[in-house]
Parts: sequence; structure tokens; C-alpha cells
Amino acid sequence: MNLTLEIWRQESPKAKGRFETYKVQNISPDCSFLEMLDILNETLIDKIQSPINFDHDCREGICGMCSLYINGRPHGPDDDVTTCQLHMRKFKDGDTITIEPWRSKAFPVIKDLMINRNAFDQIIQAGGYISVTTGGVPDANSIPVNRNDAELAMDAAACIGCGACVAACKNASAMLFVAAKVSQFALLPQGKIEAKDRVKAMVAKMDELGFGNCTNTYACEAECPKGISVSNIARMNREYMCAKVI
Amino acid sequence: MKSILNYSSLSKKYIMAIAGIFLMSFLVIHLAINLCLLRDDGGEWFNAAAHFMGTNYIVKFFEIFLFAGIIIHILLGVILQIKNWMSRPIGYKSGNKSTTSFLSKYMIYTGAVVLIFFIIHFMNFYFIKVGWVESPVPMIDEEPNFYAIAQLLFANKAYSVLYIVLITILGFHLNHAFQSAFQTLGINHPVYTPFIKSFATFYSILIVVGFNIIPLFFLFFKA
Repeated sequence: MNLTLEIWRQESPKAKGRFETYKVQNISPDCSFLEMLDILNETLIDKIQSPINFDHDCREGICGMCSLYINGRPHGPDDDVTTCQLHMRKFKDGDTITIEPWRSKAFPVIKDLMINRNAFDQIIQAGGYISVTTGGVPDANSIPVNRNDAELAMDAAACIGCGACVAACKNASAMLFVAAKVSQFALLPQGKIEAKDRVKAMVAKMDELGFGNCTNTYACEAECPKGISVSNIARMNREYMCAKVI
Repeated sequence: MKSILNYSSLSKKYIMAIAGIFLMSFLVIHLAINLCLLRDDGGEWFNAAAHFMGTNYIVKFFEIFLFAGIIIHILLGVILQIKNWMSRPIGYKSGNKSTTSFLSKYMIYTGAVVLIFFIIHFMNFYFIKVGWVESPVPMIDEEPNFYAIAQLLFANKAYSVLYIVLITILGFHLNHAFQSAFQTLGINHPVYTPFIKSFATFYSILIVVGFNIIPLFFLFFKA
């Protein structure tokens, strides 16, 4: 496959960025999207040019590090996959592909396509955990958990914190991420103890960091590589209301 | 007590949703009254209903909530939207091709059109009632003849067409607003949410068709 790539280049967080056009040739359709960028970077290095910076780590769709806004969609044109799981066979020979970083005030660009998602870490630090005293490992079945709640909590916990929800949302809202993290604890007995303080702290931090507000367009759910449901947002709305009112 | 402006994003949205649901329930009452215009009774029913709405103490009590609801809904909508715009200072070159509910993306714009409609509507009716604008038709027992005013307005074809267009845009706003309000208030259920979405479509069609029957009636049967 021969492709034309329009890629966002930005030297540093404060530098002015611009799009640059690159041609890549003889790309295998079985190549992953990140491998295609690796091939481009090797040619750039051979020409003593600065390679394109982009986030990646596990390259098997579980770490949440890869990002990239590809042709108008976070993680590209395939559903329920991360960019590292996206294959070039999803494109046509001769295509022009526009590659941009996640755009959000809360996710500043570090360099090129690499963004700072520390805002998500700050939201987790605000309350996305369970306070436990260290000690022996408790018996697995000592606390009964409703099967359905366990499944829903597990579904919410599938969130890898990649930020595609923020990237896809027209308001750059982090509601799906925060809702998934609130839900995974609120559904389980261990998490219910701190549920009220947790949801209040995490929402306050989300607002403080400059994310937008949810207008229920559900682009987040459509683009989430892990298929996190917007029913989690409704659950967080309930949790927050109860925490504030009761 | 904190100012409403300092409430969290979620609290602002709860208030907006509750105000919106109250306004949507009022629209049904308004529609019922408007349908009295279709009766060929010289405006007897319509003016009686308008008189009741303008003088009944219970209605006047709820009128406070109605106006507060309109102001709060608009105010919070604008505040939340400004924050949304600020949250993405640099947009995407390749646009947004995600699968979303189409109408949900344009709520601020359909809302702005509805506000313009409200202003025109208030100038034509409510401000006459409170005496801020002079009635274009003679009064009956020192009360505005709203039936004659409506007849006069709908006799103007340009006004009728504008009315139909604006009510249709209101319908677009309501279609997303209805289901969105329930999601915001935390109501999302595998069984009830599909029903709420269907009811939102039914409600918005009811409002659009119900209100637009009247100018169409005047255009085709009274012209």
C-alpha cells in the first residue's frame, strides 16, 4: 500500500504546531498502524530527520498508552480497538490519512502526537481507589458480591484510561472515564464505604482540570476501545446526586 | 450558600434538567390551550383559557417557577457551553466522524433559535397582558383579546411559515432534551431507557404537529 500521511508536528508544548505531509510506500495491509509509523520513522532517521513522537507501550490493546486521532476518529476507523490493534487493511491503497493528537485543554501536547494525560492520574489520585490497611490476604468469598454487580463492575474496570472518550467528545468531557472509575468501585461492597467522598472528590477534580461537560452525545461510548457503556455516566450522576443530597 | 455559578458541572446539569422537564410539562398545557383556537366559537374557549391562566392564583404561583426555569435553563446552558468551548482550544482538522446522536450536537444552536422564538412570542402575547406592549386589536372588558391577536398574526403568511419553522426547531431541541434530562438525572435502565427514547420522539412529534396544526389551519381553512 502507498499512502499519504498528514501528521501534526509540534516541537514542544509551547511551540506552534503544523501539519506536515509524508509519503509511505510498500506498506503491508497486515501491518499495524503503529508499525506503519515505525517504518516512516526509520526512513526519517535514515534521512537524519526528527522522527515522529507518538505514545505506545504494550501494543496489544491493554495498556492505554497509544492514542492518535485518525481521519476524524480516536483510534481510527475500526470499532472497539486501540490504535495499536488497528491494521492497515482498514485503509485503501492511495488513501490520505490525517493523524492528530487528542485535542483537549486538559491533555496538552508534549511533542508531535504525544500528549500529557496526567490529568487522568490526578482524577484517580483524588479518589479512584479503596483505602485498605495492609495485612493478610482476605478469603476470596468472605464478602458476598451479587453476580450481576460483579459483571457490571468488571465491565467498568475494563477502562484502560486511554482518553479516547475525551478526544471523541465535542466538549472534551472526561465523564465516561470518571464514571467508569466511580462505577467499578461503587458497585462492589468494598468500594461502597467511600463511595460518597470518592465521587465528590473525583468530579471536583475533573471540573478543576478543565474538562468539558457531558451533553449526552454518546460519542465517548461509540469510540471507547473497551466498549464502556454510558449507563456508567448515569450511575455516576446518581451516585453524585445521592452524595450531595443524602 | 454557594452561588449557582459555583456549583459543580453535575449539579448545574441536574438543575438544567429539572428546569427543562418543568418547561416541557408546561408546553403540554400550552398546547392544550392553543388547540382551543381550532374551535369555531369566536375565541370563547381560547380567551376563557387565557383568562384562567392569567388570573388563577395557583397558575400565577407556578408562573414564578416557569420564568425562573426559563432563566436558569438558559443561564446554565450558556455557562456550560462556554466551558465546553474552552475545553478544546484547538479543534480537529479532520473533524469528528464518531457515531453520535445528530441533534445532540446542535443543542446550543437550536436552543438559541428557541430563545428568539420566545422573545417574539412574549412580544406578541405576554407583554401585551402585562401592559408593556399595546394590543393591536381592541380589548374586551380591559383584557386583551388573545384569540383576535392570534387570528391577526396567523393571517400573515410569513409569520405562519416562520412559526412553523421555529416550532419544528423547538421539536429538534426537545427530542434530545427529553431523553438527555433522564440520563443526566441518573435514569438509565436496559428496559426503561428505550421506552424513554421512544417517548421523547413521540413527545417532540406531538409538540411539533400539535402547535403547527394551528397556523396550517389558519393558512388553509381561514385564509
